[in-house]
Amino acid sequence: MSMNEYAPLRLHVPEPTGRPGCRTDFSYLHLSDAGQVRKPALDVEAADTADLCTGLIRVLDGQGQALGPWAEDIDPQLLRQGMRAMLKTRIFDSRMVTAQRQKKMSFYMQSLGEEAIGSAQALALNRSDMCFPTYRQQSILMARDVSLVEMICQLLSNERDPLKGRQLPIMYSVREAGFFTISGNLATQFVQAVGWAMASAIKGDTKIASAWIGDGATAESDFHNALTFAHVYRAPVILNVVNNQWAISTFQAIAGGEASTFAGRGVGCGIASLRVDGNDFLAVYAASRWAAERARRGLGPSLIEWVTYRAGPHSTSDDPSKYRPADDWSHFPLGDPIARLKQHLIAIGHWSDDEHAAVSAELEAEVLAAQKQAEQYGTLANGHIPSAASMFEDVYKDMPDHLRRQRQQLGV
Amino acid sequence: MNDQTTSLDPRTAAATSSMTMIQALRSAMDIMLGRDDVVIYGQDVGYFGGVFRCTEGLQNKYGKSRVFDAPISECGIVGTAVGMGAYGLRPVVEIQFADYVYPAYDQIVSEMARLRYRSAGEFISPLTLRMPCGGGIYGGQTHSQSPEATFTQVCGLRTVMPSNPYDAKGLLIASIECDDPVIFLEPKRLYNGPFDGHHDRPVTPWAKHPQSSVPDGYYRVPLDKAAITRPGNEVTVLTYGTTVYVAQVAAEESGVDAEVIDLRSLWPLDLDTIVASVQKTGRCVVVHEATRTCGFGAELIALVQEHCFHHLEAPIERVTGWDTPYPHAQEWAYFPGPSRVGAALKKVMEV
Ligand SMILES: Cc1ncc(C[n+]2csc(CCOP(=O)(O)OP(=O)(O)O)c2C)c(N)n1
Ligand SMILES: [Mg+2]
Repeated sequence: MSMNEYAPLRLHVPEPTGRPGCRTDFSYLHLSDAGQVRKPALDVEAADTADLCTGLIRVLDGQGQALGPWAEDIDPQLLRQGMRAMLKTRIFDSRMVTAQRQKKMSFYMQSLGEEAIGSAQALALNRSDMCFPTYRQQSILMARDVSLVEMICQLLSNERDPLKGRQLPIMYSVREAGFFTISGNLATQFVQAVGWAMASAIKGDTKIASAWIGDGATAESDFHNALTFAHVYRAPVILNVVNNQWAISTFQAIAGGEASTFAGRGVGCGIASLRVDGNDFLAVYAASRWAAERARRGLGPSLIEWVTYRAGPHSTSDDPSKYRPADDWSHFPLGDPIARLKQHLIAIGHWSDDEHAAVSAELEAEVLAAQKQAEQYGTLANGHIPSAASMFEDVYKDMPDHLRRQRQQLGV
Repeated sequence: MNDQTTSLDPRTAAATSSMTMIQALRSAMDIMLGRDDVVIYGQDVGYFGGVFRCTEGLQNKYGKSRVFDAPISECGIVGTAVGMGAYGLRPVVEIQFADYVYPAYDQIVSEMARLRYRSAGEFISPLTLRMPCGGGIYGGQTHSQSPEATFTQVCGLRTVMPSNPYDAKGLLIASIECDDPVIFLEPKRLYNGPFDGHHDRPVTPWAKHPQSSVPDGYYRVPLDKAAITRPGNEVTVLTYGTTVYVAQVAAEESGVDAEVIDLRSLWPLDLDTIVASVQKTGRCVVVHEATRTCGFGAELIALVQEHCFHHLEAPIERVTGWDTPYPHAQEWAYFPGPSRVGAALKKVMEV
């Protein structure tokens, strides 16, 4: 065979279908209709979920009707609770972005457009189940009613910051609310969640773990290690992949979403997996319950890819109009999770425009009051921050001599 | 590397521009992409041009197979770069923050650094790993670290850290041309201007600094030559990166006539310049932002006492970051600023 029957090889570099000045073609998402995708038995074999990784589990249709096998008989009270958690998350985020602009904090990351995922899953879990979040799951804290004042003190790095000024804003740690300390290093928590779940099994408890990762960070080896360990030890864990289409400026195809789905990774590793509309509160709740039930019954891990859209900038340091169409979110076919649940709640007679406005106003006031109170304890900007001496604490359980000497050298 | 000189190409040296460190780094990569064996990739470096914009416009100019985005896997980025380098390319990869290099550590230590040795020169790693390092931007513990000592300790690696636009461009070109793997650390607090540790004062832009005058064309700064950025007679300060400016201002403010040496290449390093200076001054202070214990300063102190013991008139002092993770709110209590450096200068003078 002669060499020259081959054309020169070319490197393939995936591209998004939209860029600034060129509207995104979202057909790459391959959507299913609401109610169209089947619901398997809890003890389904991983290989038998292959079709569920290419379809998209959706419950709510365009009119706000709940359809199909994943439409559960959910207490409207729980849906109202979910609505509250989502609204609170969005209002909180928007206030904190403003506070960052006012230089009261150094940095912020909002979860605009992704509020349903953390809110609904938190409501599908027990408070004693540990979540291993990324920086974009503040909705879990909202659903679990964590003190806003404490959260804002962390953001302000002030004298009452529970993390003593050590962490960047939003890198919360709230053990009491089942919220693992957030790392700035992507993906590390994903495999740790599997370890936590294995520990629960070793100890003979009934607690489960919920692991979180973004589409981009699935490229890290910790993601793949997590899948292997979860499968091998049948760990009681939910492996959540939040596919919000972007990792800073990088489109999800660069993370490997071009010719396969992130859910599909699970099946390859022997893990029952689902691909779900992450902006559909009812679908998120139902799929989370299904996966939690499997974990708690000893049926092992489940991987769920949540299809959503990062509606805001990556962080307060980012300007997405440089790399994607500025109005992209308004064309995203899965819409806005809050608007969609609102439509459903109104359709079933448990919500109204007036109530929506009233609850929003009440939550605005609650966030504002919490912010005022937190600011009384100082902000990074006004210098009321945890003491320099506290910087040397918690490096070890007891402070070794070398740190004591260094603290003295600093004169604090 | 000893054949390298700072000589400028006379045809292009005439044209210079005022550049920030970011522009200077970009200019170096732009020139090197003119060779057909250089490829640049990393997280967000393609279309967007990097979170610090160092590669802005390069994909557009050279195409997607020369400058492209990478998946978020530092291990994958370095591992593929080792493969490409062995094939004959010269990959220049960006690790978005030095704090995120650790997933790549096995590929760096066990593979990249040793390919030449274990294959007796059959395969080499002519790679450059660029990564922003250091604090001073309220980045907290995962956007502030200075991990240089974890590289200087590895046999087979070169570790470089420029402190100004001129050096940044010349050192990056030399690194890309070098057949050894180079860890290229970029002090991010210096990207847009020199910073002397007085965080409460207005930011100085590079435009006002002489080292921001950068030749538009090709030139190299050798990989084994330190620079004396402030001549002096009383104390030798060994430092690199951001703390070069801290040391300079500390010398002015303390009234101690310090000779400030910017190492530029941390390892292999320019021992001759260090020894000549310490033999002249008889005193030495080592300054770095990284944590103290087993920091690169420890090696510097060992070398100075080994080569200059009989000239030393005072114990060597070191001023460093504390042995804690880099805090967020207490950044300025952590950062080895001018008052701590000034105190060390005075202390060595008192002996
Ligand atoms: C190990 C590591 N590498 C790189 C980064 C820098 N970084 C922070 S967030 C981010 C993008 C993450 O995208 P994705 O996982 O999709 O999550 P999203 O931000 O979309 O929620 C990058 C590259 C990091 N924090 N850690
Ligand atoms: Mg993402």
